[in-house]
Amino acid sequence: MAGPRFIVVGGGLAGLMATIKIAEAGQCVDLFSVVPVRRSHSVCAQGGINGAVNIKGENDSPEIHFADTVRGGDFLADQPLAKAMCYAAPNLIYLMDRMGVPFNRTPEGNLDFRRFGGTLYNRTAFAGATTGQQLLYALDEQVRRYEAEGKVKKYEHWEYLGMVRDDSGVCRGIVAVDMRTMKPKAFPADASMLATGGPGLLFGRSTNSMINTGSAATSAYLEGVKYANGEMIQIHPTAIPGEDKLRLMSESARGEGGRVWVPRKKNDPRPAKQIPEAERWYFLEEKYPRYGNLVPRDVASREIFDICVNQGLGLDGKMMVYLDVSHIDRATLNRKLGGILEIYEKFTGVDPREEPMKIFPAMHYSMGGLWVDYEAKADGFINEESPRNHQTNVPGLYASGEVDYQYHGANRLGANSLLSCLYGGLIGGKAMVSYAAARAKSAAPAAEGALQAAEKRWEKRFAELAAMNGEENPYRLHKELGEMMNEHVTIVRHNEAMQMVYEKLGEMTQRFSRIGNLDGVGWANQSLLFANQLWNMIELGKVVTLGAIRRDESRGAHYKPAFPKRDDGNWLKTTVATYSPGGPVLTYEGVDTSLVAPVARKYD
Amino acid sequence: MSKPSTIELKIRRQDRPNAPSRWEEFSLPYRSDMNVISCLMEIQRNPVTKQGGRTTPVVWDCSCLEEVCGACTMLVNGKARQSCTALVDQLSQPIRLEPMSKFPLIRDLSVDRQKMFDSLIHIKAWIPIDGTYPLGPGPKLSAAEQQMAYPYSQCMTCGCCMEACPQFNDRSDFIGPAPIGQVRLFNLHPTGKMNAEERIHSVMGAGGISECGNAQNCVEVCPKSVPLTDAIAEVGRQATVQMFKDLFG
Repeated sequence: MAGPRFIVVGGGLAGLMATIKIAEAGQCVDLFSVVPVRRSHSVCAQGGINGAVNIKGENDSPEIHFADTVRGGDFLADQPLAKAMCYAAPNLIYLMDRMGVPFNRTPEGNLDFRRFGGTLYNRTAFAGATTGQQLLYALDEQVRRYEAEGKVKKYEHWEYLGMVRDDSGVCRGIVAVDMRTMKPKAFPADASMLATGGPGLLFGRSTNSMINTGSAATSAYLEGVKYANGEMIQIHPTAIPGEDKLRLMSESARGEGGRVWVPRKKNDPRPAKQIPEAERWYFLEEKYPRYGNLVPRDVASREIFDICVNQGLGLDGKMMVYLDVSHIDRATLNRKLGGILEIYEKFTGVDPREEPMKIFPAMHYSMGGLWVDYEAKADGFINEESPRNHQTNVPGLYASGEVDYQYHGANRLGANSLLSCLYGGLIGGKAMVSYAAARAKSAAPAAEGALQAAEKRWEKRFAELAAMNGEENPYRLHKELGEMMNEHVTIVRHNEAMQMVYEKLGEMTQRFSRIGNLDGVGWANQSLLFANQLWNMIELGKVVTLGAIRRDESRGAHYKPAFPKRDDGNWLKTTVATYSPGGPVLTYEGVDTSLVAPVARKYD
Repeated sequence: MSKPSTIELKIRRQDRPNAPSRWEEFSLPYRSDMNVISCLMEIQRNPVTKQGGRTTPVVWDCSCLEEVCGACTMLVNGKARQSCTALVDQLSQPIRLEPMSKFPLIRDLSVDRQKMFDSLIHIKAWIPIDGTYPLGPGPKLSAAEQQMAYPYSQCMTCGCCMEACPQFNDRSDFIGPAPIGQVRLFNLHPTGKMNAEERIHSVMGAGGISECGNAQNCVEVCPKSVPLTDAIAEVGRQATVQMFKDLFG
């Protein structure tokens, strides 16, 4: 008899780790990805991965890492998963080390660690400034080993479209489209996972890759999966402006001693190097003497906004400040930050080892995502054998990685994302195996009808999209969407403006019905795929915006000048969005803060 | 140099693998700080040729736009490179965009580089760990060893070196420079070394390292400066040693 079937959608760190755990349990996995998995967005992570290995004699510990993580997230994270993640971190770093990740080393040959935001400890392991790439490659290689053994079958250049649910509502597989033949096809599975990453493209230009449309997660939401804390969007304080995207300048630049400053004089015309020390304002160091340039990202982004917008001190009158590493010697810079400095130089033509970089804040990460469950034990840790871990509210559908919502609360600490992807993939993959084993004991109804119906439904949807011949260009509509979200639903949020955005999103749904299919060639039609993604982006925009409108407080990345304080009495809760045709229905869930009691969040 | 008022592009288009190809010209309003990707995005928003005819948006692969995923390789003015780091202000116009020629064409500028990933299976490009359960840290490495391996590990399977290699083509089975760099990488690692012979064998014989013609184009075009010729020299040396070992035990 054939064993259970498993599907993983997405080949970044989370998806690959889940795949490895399932294959290691002796099972076979169908792995879907819109790009060859080695090109997934995890490749963009630069600075490192956190784990309290305590290599520097600082008395660091997983418990302190955990406390930093929940405080960094302004106490919105359910604590058991965050705790289990932090305690698993040292072993996960060791595992990646064993897989051959070329982590930087100390003189003794141990793993080296550096500082990152939101902590006072050297807790971040790194491989130059391309840590995400190196971790992704290591997992990609382990998956390739399983592929060679026949345990993993890759469907690269396939895009997830939707779930297959049987009459009892259980997820029995997925529908995906071959991005070349353009044919949707249903695939059966006993357990399926979405590890499809974040929704950067909703904001037009962000630090995210072009594949980060959030489309798969949104499709799941439209089909009944709950979406949690959608309003929690991280703005990274340091990115390089660009016409096509906003390129990340890693927090590790500050971890290695980089300093943020502006000229004290408004519109100072002098080149940066000619501005004497006394006339530079190191505003983060001045305002936050303890954490300095390494305050959490939400804090740094708000301060930059204040300096540039409220005080008018931005470079060239823009929302732009200096990030300066030019005081650090070249050899150290090349060894520890080479990758990112090269990228800055390639795109701007300026050598950041000589001249301060000009950087500005950019949308970077979604703390929110698909709602997932977990099973805690009495000691506050996670029961890692439980099939509930990382399961969405739809039985049989799991979510791990940036697409889930569990670990980072209202703000993620730098270098915790690679960790949460690895940990979420690991326990999510294990949970899928447990779930399928339990289900094998009961007789499930046949899924054949549901598979066929789902495939038909998507064939019809694609035929409809292909037949659209209106005037709206989906790419132009997307540009408008992104600019609007970026302007009004990022660092500083006002209810009135967001109300306007929410109405415009409704209009965009209407305008979508007037788009035209730009491409009549029935082969590798990227425009058609994009149209489908755009529909989803508009719907996700509603979730993000409405969540932000309702949450009348300031917490982590969510900041409203009209409600400048955190309000635990009313808002220490998770936003849960459920789809309805009239717009998202929001309900609220309590947060498990049983392990670390919420306190005021201070970094000065 | 005065700034032009337009950006002129010539793009080779082809609808399907076996369809005829054609050139299309585009003229976009000049803006500073454009790269090839932002030009292609502009065409998506207004798919009209220079002559005013409606056309389809150009199909191409891209993802990270930070030159780290390797997706957006194409020929820009005849040279294989990532289109994200191809800055308009540094290119002569009209900017010619063509798909890489050494891989099967999918559509327009998009090609199928599956062969490169298949080669990674062929050379066993992985560390054979015992399992993912906790077994403590990996082997100690000196900083010098890490610094030696790291450049090879930045190979993003982009295909530039394969495109530039005169020996890698559809008349030969040559595995190409990128996989040889990966043989070097995995044979440098203390655990990877345990299977070094297998990897060396995988690049001996037909299609193997002996088919390298020493043109040295690969290292010149590599956007990440992966020391490919060093790898080829060292793996070649090891292959020779291995051949004698195989012959004389």
